[in-house]
Amino acid sequence: MAELRFEAVAKRFGELTAVRELTLTLADGEFLVLLGPTGAGKTTTLRLAAGLERPDSGRVFIGGRDVTDWPPAARDVAFIFQTFSLYPHLDVRDNLAFPLRAPARRLGEAEIRRRVEAVAELLGIADKLANRATQLSGGEMQRVAIGRALVREPRLFLMDEPLSSLDAKLRETLRIELKRIQRDLGATILYVTHDQIEATTMADRIGVLEGGELLQLAPPREVYDRPAEVRVARRLGSPAINLLPAALVPELVSASGVARIGIRPEDITLGTGAFRARVRQIEPLGADTVVLLEFRDTGLHALTTGRDGLQTGQQLALDLARDRLLLFDERGRLLASTGTG
Amino acid sequence: MSARDQARSIVEPAPFSRRLAALVIVVYALVSSIPLAWIVATSFKTPNDAIAYPPKLVFTPSLEGYVNLFTARTRQTPEYLASLPPPETWYEELVRKRNMVITGPSRFAGRYANSLIIGFGSTFFAVLLGTFAAYAFSRFGIPLKEDLLFFILSTRMFPPIAVAIPIYLMYRQLGLTDTQLGMIILYTAVNLSLSVWLLKGFIDEIPKEYEEAAMVDGYSRLQAFRKVVLPQAATGIAATAIFCLIFAWNEYAFALLLTSGLAQTAPPFIPNIIGEGGLDWPAVAAGTTLFLLPVMIFTILLRKHLLRGITFGALRR
Repeated sequence: MAELRFEAVAKRFGELTAVRELTLTLADGEFLVLLGPTGAGKTTTLRLAAGLERPDSGRVFIGGRDVTDWPPAARDVAFIFQTFSLYPHLDVRDNLAFPLRAPARRLGEAEIRRRVEAVAELLGIADKLANRATQLSGGEMQRVAIGRALVREPRLFLMDEPLSSLDAKLRETLRIELKRIQRDLGATILYVTHDQIEATTMADRIGVLEGGELLQLAPPREVYDRPAEVRVARRLGSPAINLLPAALVPELVSASGVARIGIRPEDITLGTGAFRARVRQIEPLGADTVVLLEFRDTGLHALTTGRDGLQTGQQLALDLARDRLLLFDERGRLLASTGTG
Repeated sequence: MSARDQARSIVEPAPFSRRLAALVIVVYALVSSIPLAWIVATSFKTPNDAIAYPPKLVFTPSLEGYVNLFTARTRQTPEYLASLPPPETWYEELVRKRNMVITGPSRFAGRYANSLIIGFGSTFFAVLLGTFAAYAFSRFGIPLKEDLLFFILSTRMFPPIAVAIPIYLMYRQLGLTDTQLGMIILYTAVNLSLSVWLLKGFIDEIPKEYEEAAMVDGYSRLQAFRKVVLPQAATGIAATAIFCLIFAWNEYAFALLLTSGLAQTAPPFIPNIIGEGGLDWPAVAAGTTLFLLPVMIFTILLRKHLLRGITFGALRR
């Protein structure tokens, strides 16, 4: 395993800037998740690391060596694609062995056999080795695709939304499995997703990308509690953070230059407090309930664990956790969080 | 009959439509096989039966057409024939009955061999070059790509024979007339536009992630092409090869114009097989029957590749 470092890497496709001046270090053994909407430059960042794209400027280092000009085959990284999973003309065993039979590697057949079987065992697909790639379920296919990366014992794993096309149940299982494998192997993983749950559950650190720009790079907790700017605050949390114009709630503005105030739905307490609002809609989620409130002519989402007696149209008192407010300036940057962070 | 009994899928054709479709196909197949059946039947007739009117549908089969196709013969007097030792083979016997003796093999075998060499040779090169060109057009950002593709296609916008005279003159200068190499180059050139366009379509459908994965896994681009693209393009390559072979195999006009002896292919040769008193129809039919075989066998061998579908299912979209 090795460290990955981007130094001021930029990549344009014609008019479109996919990645701008990206500087980022992925430590050895770290699970770093790049989170962002479609077109944020996540996939391009992975492809730059793999050598499938050449940066227009900046350098890429793997394990301390400048690999900017190296072809993909020489970089010893494994890539799991979003759309591609397996070679349809090969069976599962040959699919798993494919990277090991590469001319760059030249392993003996006995060693290949040993590694393929070990990985198949690890992923619970040992009984599928003789299957054709086309005769697998979606989850099995994706396990084989992950297996193709694992047999390599590469220096770095690059994963491009590997779970996005699976159903929710399977996604959850594989998410847990992937995190366990990463911990067991001490693997260095750069993982791309637009799914905030994948990001927060697996990542050691999350990098939030938007428009080719790295907005924040921090552990999941910190990204959630102290988002560097409004765009980051919006990216994490479901329901999304409430953003109120400062003029609407002057009593909460404790510093100068505050343009917007962010408050997470779970930091709103219903039933007591100095503010009043009207219940517009109630969405029970099971354990929690999302309540859409009408508050001073704007909408406000609250998340509550209480299940008792809320009714649409009802007036109620509410409190905003003053120590958890996020204050943003004109340009959307975090001024201060009143909380402990 | 209740409404339930009449209910049927709107996607599945009704039984009557199916039967009608089957009937149309069977009739079409029968109609298109009439000329073939006629040729094959004629090849087993005697010369008199072949030109009998009304045509004989029931006749005693004879191999005379095939014997005449492969042999050169001369007519002899009955006295001379009587002086010869008895015929050693069945075909000598057949020829003697017509008061003739075999003087040697005909030129058919050589013409047939020319057809095989030129047909398969040009197919091989058209598909080989076409595959590389199609891959490049499919994967690389080639300057003026659209214009180049259009230019390649435009070589098919006129009948190839329209350029026969310039090609004839060029070939004479280059010493390529009546050579196998010349014909292979010519048919390759004519087929190349078809093969580039067909194969580009097939290769476009292979996701580039397959090669990218292979390249990340330690293969060079060329190795990835061989290990990943070629096996998946097999269907397209087989289909393209059949089209190229059929063109090169059946081509008549250039063969007539550019070959006369050494490199002549079967198409200009077969219709000119002269027997006594005009064309030797059973021999012509025998030549045509044998001429049909390679393309039929080639198509049957590659048949399973023509069925699409090997890449379906292993790709998540």
